[in-house]
Amino acid sequence: MKFKSVFDIIGPVMIGPSSSHTAGAARIGRVARDLFGRQPDWAKVHLYGSFAETYKGHSTDVAIIGGLLDYDTFDERIKTSFEEAEKVGMSFEFIPEIGHVDHPNTARIVIGDKDSEMSMMGISIGGGKIEITELNGFPLRLSGNHPAILVVHEDRSGCIANVANCLYKYDINIGHMEVSRKEKGHMALMVIEVDQNVDREVMDELRKLPNITQVTRIAD
Amino acid sequence: MEALFRNVRELVERAEKEQKLISEIMIEQEMLMTDRSREDIMTQMDRNLTVMEEAVEKGLKGVHSVSGLTGGDAVLLQAYRAKGNTLSGDLLLDAVSKAVATNEVNAAMGTICATPTAGSAGVVPGTLFAVQNKLNPTREQMIRYLFTAGAFGFVVANNASISGAAGGCQAEVGSAAGMASAAIIEMAGGTPQQSSEAFAITMKNMLGLVCDPVAGLVEVPCVKRNAMGAANAVVAADMALAGVTSRIPCDEVIGAMFEIGQSMPSALRETAKGGLAATPTGKWLESKIFGGAVVGSGQ
Repeated sequence: MKFKSVFDIIGPVMIGPSSSHTAGAARIGRVARDLFGRQPDWAKVHLYGSFAETYKGHSTDVAIIGGLLDYDTFDERIKTSFEEAEKVGMSFEFIPEIGHVDHPNTARIVIGDKDSEMSMMGISIGGGKIEITELNGFPLRLSGNHPAILVVHEDRSGCIANVANCLYKYDINIGHMEVSRKEKGHMALMVIEVDQNVDREVMDELRKLPNITQVTRIAD
Repeated sequence: MEALFRNVRELVERAEKEQKLISEIMIEQEMLMTDRSREDIMTQMDRNLTVMEEAVEKGLKGVHSVSGLTGGDAVLLQAYRAKGNTLSGDLLLDAVSKAVATNEVNAAMGTICATPTAGSAGVVPGTLFAVQNKLNPTREQMIRYLFTAGAFGFVVANNASISGAAGGCQAEVGSAAGMASAAIIEMAGGTPQQSSEAFAITMKNMLGLVCDPVAGLVEVPCVKRNAMGAANAVVAADMALAGVTSRIPCDEVIGAMFEIGQSMPSALRETAKGGLAATPTGKWLESKIFGGAVVGSGQ
């Protein structure tokens, strides 16, 4: 079931005008910011389907920038996010695409700063609910509703067991887990949805495990 | 975690068997699925109710969207209603004006509670605050109204769609109207089965409704579709309370809505390329609002 809570239906409380194109868009932006772990210096946002056709009217662009500034769906500052972005020195660009995508409300957000960049694909599935479908070329399925840990690692035996053992040590329960790789023996990605927020201590320990390249988390 | 109900039939059966209100089944399921306390859940819904009240209040004072396409109709409707000479009846026009008020606030980028979406956010509160004056519910009953509406919306969202881009306006205002109708029944003392009939009757009359917003804005025709969604909900609730039933069971109506949405061309699913958006006036409004100006690039 995609919708698990009554508050997916009666909610969210949000700035108008569209739950999918405004609130959902803000949430996609905010998850991207969360995954990047800090305020990006620049953002390139590719919009597909209905997002590409109607983003101006729905303030989808304003909402995504609001999300990238870490605003929640009901944050009044969403309305002036373009000005706020300028204040913090984040440049941005919106690119409506004509290519076909599986879901009509799709955005690809590419963000970065002088140190690194990140690409993420998100879809807005209705009523403000979203899913993250791709991260740096890895297909995945992440609701953004639960705290999650994303681990980029070498595709070697033992990696998954080590990570699971570490979480077990801190009594962190795994609610959902997915592993994907681009090519056998190369880079792989673990997406782990957990029941509680993960402390810095756990994150640091995960980073020290063999063959682990990068660890990021999404807070609740 | 297994849900307590996956469709309307299971929802109604459980409510009847356990002799509980549909709202109660929804609250119990929420506690089960999200591992939160009843108090916590009730408090959150109470806050959502407050947001709805504030939005209606704001809309009835008069708001206007940036585009200038919508705003002020809720004020006109309330002034007309106050003269006491309406053709469609006081309660109906009250519901309509409050649905319009909410959506005018939404169009003006005000704060609303999506029910189930922002574009269809007027129907559930519009009907609630109109029926309130007739039935004098307690605060808890008003909160329960939202849980009952949510229970039906939950089924639609999981078995069909509540997204205009995926299923057209029938998935948004259609779902909202059905949800409102089912909730009115519970507040009026009807049975869970009557809620199901009311939802089915309402949804049947919203089937096929396309999503064709002028200039892609959640304004024309969205605001007035919320008005009619509210009217539809109230009338269908009266029909169900009178004992009228739907020949097609509720879950099958929801299935039909999904099928119709799947076969709807993309031009009629929130792309602003067909229907009213593609009329000469729709096109003219679009160019007037957006012109040739470049929007969306900073610095």
